[in-house]
Amino acid sequence: MQTPILEVNGLKKYFDIRGGVFGRKVGEVKAVDDVSFTVMEGEILGIVGESGCGKSTTGKSILRLIEPTEGKVKFQDKDITELSDEEMRQLRRNMQIIFQDPYASLNPRHTVEKIISEPLLIHGLTDKNERKKRVTELLEIVGLSGYHASRYPHQFSGGQRQRVGIARALANNPKLLICDEPVSALDVSVQSQILNLMEELRDEFNLTYVFIAHDLSVVKHISDRIGVMYLGRMVELTEKNKLYDNPKHPYTKALLSAIPLPDPDIEKERMILEGDVPSPANPPSGCAFHTRCPLAMEVCKEVRPQFNEIEDNHFVACHLYE
Amino acid sequence: MPETILELNELHTHFFTDNGEIPAVDGVSLSVNKGEVVGIVGESGCGKSVTSLSIMQLIPQPPGKIVSGEINFKGENLANSSNKRMKQIRGNEISMIFQEPMTSLDPLFTIGNQLREAIQLHNKMSKKEASDRALDMLEMVGIPRPKEVLSEYPHQLSGGMRQRVMIAMAMSCDPEILIADEPTTALDVTIQAQILDLMKKLNQEKDTAIMLITHDLGVVAEICDRVVVMYSGQVVEEGTTREILKDPKHPYSQGLIKSLPKIHEREQKLYSIPGTVPKPKMGVKGCRFAQRCPMAFERCFQEDPELYPLENNRRSRCFLYDDAKREVTENANADIRS
Repeated sequence: MQTPILEVNGLKKYFDIRGGVFGRKVGEVKAVDDVSFTVMEGEILGIVGESGCGKSTTGKSILRLIEPTEGKVKFQDKDITELSDEEMRQLRRNMQIIFQDPYASLNPRHTVEKIISEPLLIHGLTDKNERKKRVTELLEIVGLSGYHASRYPHQFSGGQRQRVGIARALANNPKLLICDEPVSALDVSVQSQILNLMEELRDEFNLTYVFIAHDLSVVKHISDRIGVMYLGRMVELTEKNKLYDNPKHPYTKALLSAIPLPDPDIEKERMILEGDVPSPANPPSGCAFHTRCPLAMEVCKEVRPQFNEIEDNHFVACHLYE
Repeated sequence: MPETILELNELHTHFFTDNGEIPAVDGVSLSVNKGEVVGIVGESGCGKSVTSLSIMQLIPQPPGKIVSGEINFKGENLANSSNKRMKQIRGNEISMIFQEPMTSLDPLFTIGNQLREAIQLHNKMSKKEASDRALDMLEMVGIPRPKEVLSEYPHQLSGGMRQRVMIAMAMSCDPEILIADEPTTALDVTIQAQILDLMKKLNQEKDTAIMLITHDLGVVAEICDRVVVMYSGQVVEEGTTREILKDPKHPYSQGLIKSLPKIHEREQKLYSIPGTVPKPKMGVKGCRFAQRCPMAFERCFQEDPELYPLENNRRSRCFLYDDAKREVTENANADIRS
């Protein structure tokens, strides 16, 4: 059995809605509402869901880039929600993040060398020549060359910029990488290059990824286990093949059947959901999915389903399986 | 023989910038038949959006200009049409929907107001009649509580609803062709499925031809009859959806399809096309894809390939399908394999 590297327990993040003359709190957006999961060392955990389901907020809360409202995040058996800012800063060497938009996450006024060496400097590599050497090494690891170091981000294409972002994240030999939609802004032919690179890096440096994306086929390709989120809650979590071959939650089923497949021969059952995702400021009572669920029962409107393990390693939050 | 309603013939749209002339659309020829759904696929910067904007004469001028070529719409060349004539055609005979429905709806006017404007511009109707027509359109595209929505503003609707309103507006004058430029890219998968379903329904019920511009081959497989693959401002391959997805001929289409992660297969490593999409430039010699092509041979770097016709009205812009040279290339292929 592998050892867990990250344990998230009852994570909640509520954003206040302020309004009125005095800016009083008039409500809250439950962006993440009681999410729990464990990530094993060396594993890739995919998190999928539609926009506004709280997947990015979950990722950022794990790093405490957004301060969680409630819940525990344990990294290597240490509860990081109780650490001071300074201790947290030390720890971030081991936990890094790659962002979606390689255009927005690199400072346009810095050279690539400066961008990549900044995390090195912060975490104590003060010797200038050593830093330079490490930058060249990192650029080569991600498939660029040493001479790229003196260039600026605008001189690179989208795929190359994402490579720079990955090099920056790898600078301090992290153990855990949170990847927040790392390939959604890229073209198909470049997307596959980056996915391959990320897999190679995982094997080479024994990394653990939390891979957040909305594209189910990308997540299926790269992940070992996948969690599906809907309106701030985790509705299903299991190994990838189980999830795709035998989805349990009606939302997962609908999501899978909605993906357009580039193969005219696959006949599939279409299950088109009615309506839109409700607002997280005012989520439905009981099971958040009951307003769109074709199998909704009376109990779904009142009682929130528990996130239970119904089969070995297969967690589902649905009243159908209780 | 199906009736062709839109035909592009060697269309060249260039942009004149400080950094020189950029051939965004570089000799595109394609056709759309009545009632057909044609997909135009390609990666960003391949000229698919500029092609569709050229048809509608919506290219900002300057810096853009249709340098040469014909756009034949029911026997009329739109490339030479006056502004006045284009105003009659746009929204009436050819309409268009865009990727981001929020930017194409005016936030200051109600939905009803904007729908009526399109209807009254092309039809002699009273306000009352136009309102009734608008209501019918909203019902047709499946908007819940259409009466209330008529007096609401765009910000009160969700992304999927806004795209439905855009489709209602585009369909309000029963156009011959609907040009849809990435209509579902900004939407979530479950909403995307709803919108694709709606477009398929409209195509079947109203017999409106659809030209669907997308980068997503899954969307293409879902609703298109025929596909045109573009690369660097040119058409590189054309065929039916099944032929292109199952048996792509051009090395670029082959690479593109191979590099998609497949949901139903278990694979170890993804195929990837080396390098990145080149920026269109003037005076490029040889095949645009040659630099990234695994099958490239000497001729590819020296001459421009044509769109060679293949069986079943397919076309492919690759020297591998030039009959006179087929023998040579077979030898070249054997070299690559060995």
